[in-house]
Amino acid sequence: MREPSSIDNVGGGPGLLGPPPAPGRREEGTRAALIAFASTIIFTIVALWVILASPNWPKIQQQFFDWGHFVEAFPAILKGFWLDIKMFLGAEVIILILSLIIAMIRSLRGPAFFPIRALAVVFIDIIRGVPVILLILLMGFGIPALQLPGVPKSALFWGLTALILSYSAYTAEVYRAGIESVHESQRMSARSLGLTQGQALRYVLVPQAIRNVVPALLNGFVSLQKDVALVLVLGIREAVRAADIYAAKTFNYTGYIAATLLFLIVSIPVARFTDWYTERDRRRKQSVTA
Amino acid sequence: MTLPKLELRGVWKSFEDKEVLRDVGLTVGHHDVVCLIGSSGSGKSTMLKCINLLFPIDRGQILFDGADITAPGVNANQVREKMGIVFQAFNLFPHMTVLDNITLSPRKVHGAAKSRAEAQARDLLARFGLSDKIDEYPDRLSGGQQQRVAIVRALATEPELMLFDEVTSALDPELVSEVLNVIRGLKDVGMTMVIATHEMGFARDVADQVCFLDEGRILEHGVPDQIFSSPQEPRTKQFLQRIIDAGRL
Amino acid sequence: MAPRPMKRTVFTALVLALAMLATACGSGDDVTGPTADEGSCDVADLNLVTPGKLTVATGEPAYPPWVGTTDGEGFDDPASKLGYEAALVYELAAQMGFTDADVVWTRVGFDEAIAPGTKPWDFNLQQYSITEAREQVVDFSAPYYTTRQALVVFEGSPFAAPSSMADLKDAALGAQVGTTSLDFIEDVIKPSKEAAVYNDNAAAKAAMTAGQIDGIIVDLPTAYYITAVEIEGSVIAAQFETEAADPDNYGLLFAEGNSLVPCVNTALAALRDSGKLDELEQTYLTQGGSIPTISG
Repeated sequence: MREPSSIDNVGGGPGLLGPPPAPGRREEGTRAALIAFASTIIFTIVALWVILASPNWPKIQQQFFDWGHFVEAFPAILKGFWLDIKMFLGAEVIILILSLIIAMIRSLRGPAFFPIRALAVVFIDIIRGVPVILLILLMGFGIPALQLPGVPKSALFWGLTALILSYSAYTAEVYRAGIESVHESQRMSARSLGLTQGQALRYVLVPQAIRNVVPALLNGFVSLQKDVALVLVLGIREAVRAADIYAAKTFNYTGYIAATLLFLIVSIPVARFTDWYTERDRRRKQSVTA
Repeated sequence: MTLPKLELRGVWKSFEDKEVLRDVGLTVGHHDVVCLIGSSGSGKSTMLKCINLLFPIDRGQILFDGADITAPGVNANQVREKMGIVFQAFNLFPHMTVLDNITLSPRKVHGAAKSRAEAQARDLLARFGLSDKIDEYPDRLSGGQQQRVAIVRALATEPELMLFDEVTSALDPELVSEVLNVIRGLKDVGMTMVIATHEMGFARDVADQVCFLDEGRILEHGVPDQIFSSPQEPRTKQFLQRIIDAGRL
Repeated sequence: MAPRPMKRTVFTALVLALAMLATACGSGDDVTGPTADEGSCDVADLNLVTPGKLTVATGEPAYPPWVGTTDGEGFDDPASKLGYEAALVYELAAQMGFTDADVVWTRVGFDEAIAPGTKPWDFNLQQYSITEAREQVVDFSAPYYTTRQALVVFEGSPFAAPSSMADLKDAALGAQVGTTSLDFIEDVIKPSKEAAVYNDNAAAKAAMTAGQIDGIIVDLPTAYYITAVEIEGSVIAAQFETEAADPDNYGLLFAEGNSLVPCVNTALAALRDSGKLDELEQTYLTQGGSIPTISG
């Protein structure tokens, strides 16, 4: 494997730190890194100084960044956050599968499949056009209130179902874009080998489509991580609700900051991973022979 | 008298409002090699894809071994198994190794056992000198190797007719001949083929029949000598003259 | 090795550290508001948001029997002067020297009103209980009404006839966020299942109707309204009178340090002495029948 040139290393890929600077030698790469590091430190110090010296800072700090309140609020918020984590991990698995099925249905060609294709389109249009919070309220309170036999009553069940449906509609379109971005010759090659539409999708198109849309899927995942908090309107005590309870009781908003930190701790790594993955994919594509 | 292997009768095809094939008629006998020549957009590629039932035709018939494969109710997948087609590019499935590319159809469509499919794949690859590439991914192969593997993959389904859609047009010049030699080899074993190509020298060499397509019609057809040495139609002459001027004939 | 991963890690770590650092350094400073002025309680001398007008805030929607009657008259219409709190405001206004036309109503969310800061209204009333925690950030008048917490469940519920707190240990209860009702569940009843917490009582009622919670805790007059009008088949299972919890005293809510408070208290005292408060209570807040009382 040939040694990576400095054009790949210096400055990092697109995303956080901008496009890579002009090619140079290894020494220049290290020097650039040190400069960036030093300037970040200086910037941080200046920013901190500006904030902390401001006359409004004591008030802001007491209201949002009070250590005593942080410690007191944290346990309940962490407990609620654990529920958030379970929710978004569980929901994401189902979303990835359900939306793929919907996307594959939408990708079937030919008049025979029109009814289920149309059904998929209608589902996607309706669900995607409705705010998630509305879906959560409709399903979370509305459906159990009907008291239909055999239908679950749990707020958590319906809240998650609403989230799953909403995100599946969105993610199905992501997959579909991925499937359609695969070169038409691939589909024709698959069909010409005698594969049925379903087989072509399954063995040829979808594997490639997924590779193409991993960043978009990860994006959706980060979005879901935040939106699970919406189930709080159904009375579920996840992290934001826990912070809310604390704030209503004490009139101090440090709890919200604590919840914010927890959400960032999970979402920032995913965002960085997405950057890394996109960059790796881009480099691989560049080195492919024509 | 045996039926021709492939026959097109009065085939018309339009995309949106544009007519791409106009009243196309063609007869391909068993073991015949037919070369299609003509400018881009003349309909060569569409014709091949219609033969392979990748596009439905608007009017006319296509007969394969005497059976009308464009009639309603025909199982297109089954027909396609008996034909192989190789495109200009993007043939191989990039997320699979060469071996998996080749064994996919025999295993999933014909239900062949894994071991048998793999044995067949090895055999074919050996015949075409590609054994060392068997576990590679397509992006590690040169363009010429990829096209050769694409041909092998099509052969794995044991087709009776092979279609080639300008398979060397996207290759670097030094890689063209290795692919053309493979096709020559297929002619030697009696494969019936319809080849769309810009390689006039090659066409002259291998073809039993050459068809010149112009704006969706077969303007002229005949044996290579006739077409290349004494074309009748003015537009055929024009086309060939441009090729000669470019030093490609 | 490529320096890129290191820079990204440093940057991210610094962002997080910034937030954490911020909580640990520096010290908070109390905000002192304006001290209350001693002075005349003439309308012309009062410290009003709009001079000459009494700007009163309440919730939206404002429910009976606080605004509007249980028969449906004057629903969510404080200007109708119907309902305990609506009527109280007009009595107070008259006592202080305002005419009915001088009373201006505005609407605010429950939580919003308690949050510290200046207010675009003179006072707010929506069954706010006077608590120490709240008194740190807002001011209250003297109490105008004292009530207890009550439990609303469906008839036939296993929790419809509790004889003691222990009978409610397994109940799934709900309440509105930031209320003394919620505190009551968590600090006094202490059921084994965590209380469900809602943005407002409407959501809590929806959850009860959906069968997601067994019952809700609200103040007694609100419980009357819910069971009489809002949720069919619901009953008040109990009212609570325990030593562990003080009764809820409702007070008018003011921005901290508002100099109106003494004058309002004077007017309120006058209404109490004249028996007006009792009269309002009789009209709007008393229902027939007895509710079982739980004290422990």
